[in-house]
Amino acid sequence: MDRRTIIKQISIMTGVAFVGGEVFLNSGCKPEGGNQSGELFSPAQITLLDEIGETILPTTDTPGAKSVQIGNFMQKMVRDCYNSVEQSIFVNGLKEIASTFEKKYGKSFLNAKPDERRFLNDINAQANNNKKTKMKNETQHYFIMMKQLTILGYFSSETGCTQALNYIAVPTKYNGSYPYKKGDKAWALN
Amino acid sequence: MFIIFIAFNHFFKTKRHLSQMSDSIYISTKAKDQHTFDAIVVGSGISGGWAAKELTEKGLKVLIIERGGKHEHIKDYKTASLNPWELEHRGMTTQKQREDFPVIHRGWAASEVVMDAWTNELDSPYTEIKPFTWWRSYRMGGRSVLWGRQSYRWSEMDFDANARDGIAVDWPIRYKDIAPWYDKVEKFIGVSGSKEGLPQLPDGAFQPAMDLNIVEKDAAGKINKHFKGSRHLFIGRVANLTSNLPDRNKCQYRNRCWEGCPYGGYFSTQSSTLPAAMATGNLSIITDAIATRILYDKDTKKATGVEIKDTADNNTYTFNSKIVFVCASSLNSTWLLMNSATDIWTDGLGSSSGELGHNVMDHHYNLGASGKIEGFDDFYTYGRRPNGFYIPRFVNLNGDKRDYIRGFGYQGAASREGWQRDVAELNIGKDLKETLSTPGSWSIGGGGFGEILPYHDNRIMLDKRYYDAAGNVVTDPSKGKQKTDKWGLPILAMDAELRENEMKMRKDIVEEMKIMLEVAGAKDIKTWDSGHNIGHGIHEMGTARMGRDPKTSVLNGYNQVWDATNVFVTDGACMTSSACQNPSLTYMALTARAVAYAVSELNKRNI
Repeated sequence: MDRRTIIKQISIMTGVAFVGGEVFLNSGCKPEGGNQSGELFSPAQITLLDEIGETILPTTDTPGAKSVQIGNFMQKMVRDCYNSVEQSIFVNGLKEIASTFEKKYGKSFLNAKPDERRFLNDINAQANNNKKTKMKNETQHYFIMMKQLTILGYFSSETGCTQALNYIAVPTKYNGSYPYKKGDKAWALN
Repeated sequence: MFIIFIAFNHFFKTKRHLSQMSDSIYISTKAKDQHTFDAIVVGSGISGGWAAKELTEKGLKVLIIERGGKHEHIKDYKTASLNPWELEHRGMTTQKQREDFPVIHRGWAASEVVMDAWTNELDSPYTEIKPFTWWRSYRMGGRSVLWGRQSYRWSEMDFDANARDGIAVDWPIRYKDIAPWYDKVEKFIGVSGSKEGLPQLPDGAFQPAMDLNIVEKDAAGKINKHFKGSRHLFIGRVANLTSNLPDRNKCQYRNRCWEGCPYGGYFSTQSSTLPAAMATGNLSIITDAIATRILYDKDTKKATGVEIKDTADNNTYTFNSKIVFVCASSLNSTWLLMNSATDIWTDGLGSSSGELGHNVMDHHYNLGASGKIEGFDDFYTYGRRPNGFYIPRFVNLNGDKRDYIRGFGYQGAASREGWQRDVAELNIGKDLKETLSTPGSWSIGGGGFGEILPYHDNRIMLDKRYYDAAGNVVTDPSKGKQKTDKWGLPILAMDAELRENEMKMRKDIVEEMKIMLEVAGAKDIKTWDSGHNIGHGIHEMGTARMGRDPKTSVLNGYNQVWDATNVFVTDGACMTSSACQNPSLTYMALTARAVAYAVSELNKRNI
């Protein structure tokens, strides 16, 4: 067993969120298949997912999640890697975001002003709260799924790896006491 | 597909198959010649590769029989050089894969990059009378491509443990019998590590050790001091090169070993033993062929060869040889014995002792502790070290006494958290992005690997029961049918579990790790024990044990089947006890030793 598998094992066993890991582990208990072909979302919904992703990881001095087509990535992952229960939680969650925002602000989230996007912060807080109290095999809140997929999709993308993070494909050597200054970027791979 | 290829680029096959192949040049030869060899090796993993290398280097014409498909060094390491963003699901497995590979998804082994490596669980089922996790790789090189590469010697106290404790049977060998073979293996495969001078974990012929990182070094010092030199934390001994070997480059610190290394940076059959065997010009290989029976002649009391089944068309073929090395991985080696010579012994070749299939072992794990370390924020790591620390056994030795026998070791690491960490307390947006773009806090953790005792009642067997359409066992054979694999072959049933000694040890493993992390100054320590099904350690051992007496063991001190002296079983099946060290190095050493003996006996015409 190498270091990576040790870390993965520790993450799984101690319940530390390994991006996707929790969602994916739980789904082992519910083997029924989901919709694994075709498109789950309309182009308008993909655009909405792009904007949700961009709100989670926005453009700063590096490009944000929208720039890596996070909406398409989320669709692919939900379609291929989620089971039917998780798929419906995600799909309904997306609809809920669209309709509650519209009810509150009288317009689509796509037209939200920067401060109106804080709407998602409340959902995030609610999802985090759910996460603390949920039982081990209960399914995730849809916003945890969106956040996990955004983080995974962004930080493993070419932009994420090479701009937000520091990526060296072939390190060739190891230094276990490498100097670090606060603010230096993390490695893309552990 | 059914391929025979011979050393270098010389390929040949029978006329029947010539038309089916198009990607290589084939030379057809006389059928009789190509079906007779000096030695047959069943399996091409860690043990089989060693058997083939040693036998061919001693001048024998050897045939490797591999049940899986081809997997060529470098060329077939499909994902090994891809960037993270080039993986469709970024390393995650799909719902379909979860349904098709339920056993692989029980733990950490399911990853997008290695799903091709794992055995198709629908084609090759097994029965779990008690939960048993069996992670198999039916492919050229077997699990030598996937393995964790941790390489530790056993010590004298491991070989005489059964005799001292009066349990099971005594090992027929001692440390001095295997020590020179450990030397030979370590030098050839390349094991990096540090010399520690510990009697419970003998030093070897090591390449320069990899480095502990700054947090691990600090913990090592604190633990050693606190326990007054009775506990040790040092860098893992790992079959990754820190110096180049002929045709192999040293480790590049990519930590993607299990995808296959384009540099040959770690030991696998493909990077190491196979090229050596090929270079002799004495090696032939069949892939996609299941060894179904060792052919046994009751007059000479010897094997005459091996019967195989072509996995593509289900046809049966026979190959003859003077000796047979069974290296199909512990449980499959025993499966092969159980299916052989059943006209003489109902329960198969080697069953006369009543021990074939019994005493299955593993290392129990899935437990340990981890915590956060403060005070090292000015340090990070460069490079991805494919190795961690090791804490060798310290219980039940040097006067220490516990309420169980034997012991455990730990493997672990310290590292700074990456973007995968849980930051639920953070708001989404700029803060989240900036936080995850920088490393998190240092954490350190370790998981235990504990010895499992050889219990006669922990066993595997051919599943001869009859099942009705709903999958229930029925007593009337006319009302059901037996389970078989895709090729109509019998399947294994596993009936093994952890017992009192292991359960007591597990409490201690968690507690001692917690204590050592406290000593190391860790905060916010979390412990875990998620239980252990036998097999999950991927160190399955036993079921055809070595011993001193044919009445109580399957193999003698040279891995020879008592009932057929030209058949040698040298993989994990031969193990008489499990110790707590990772076992592959020991399989390699035992294999090389058995080959030397087999060839000498062959030359003396004793077998």
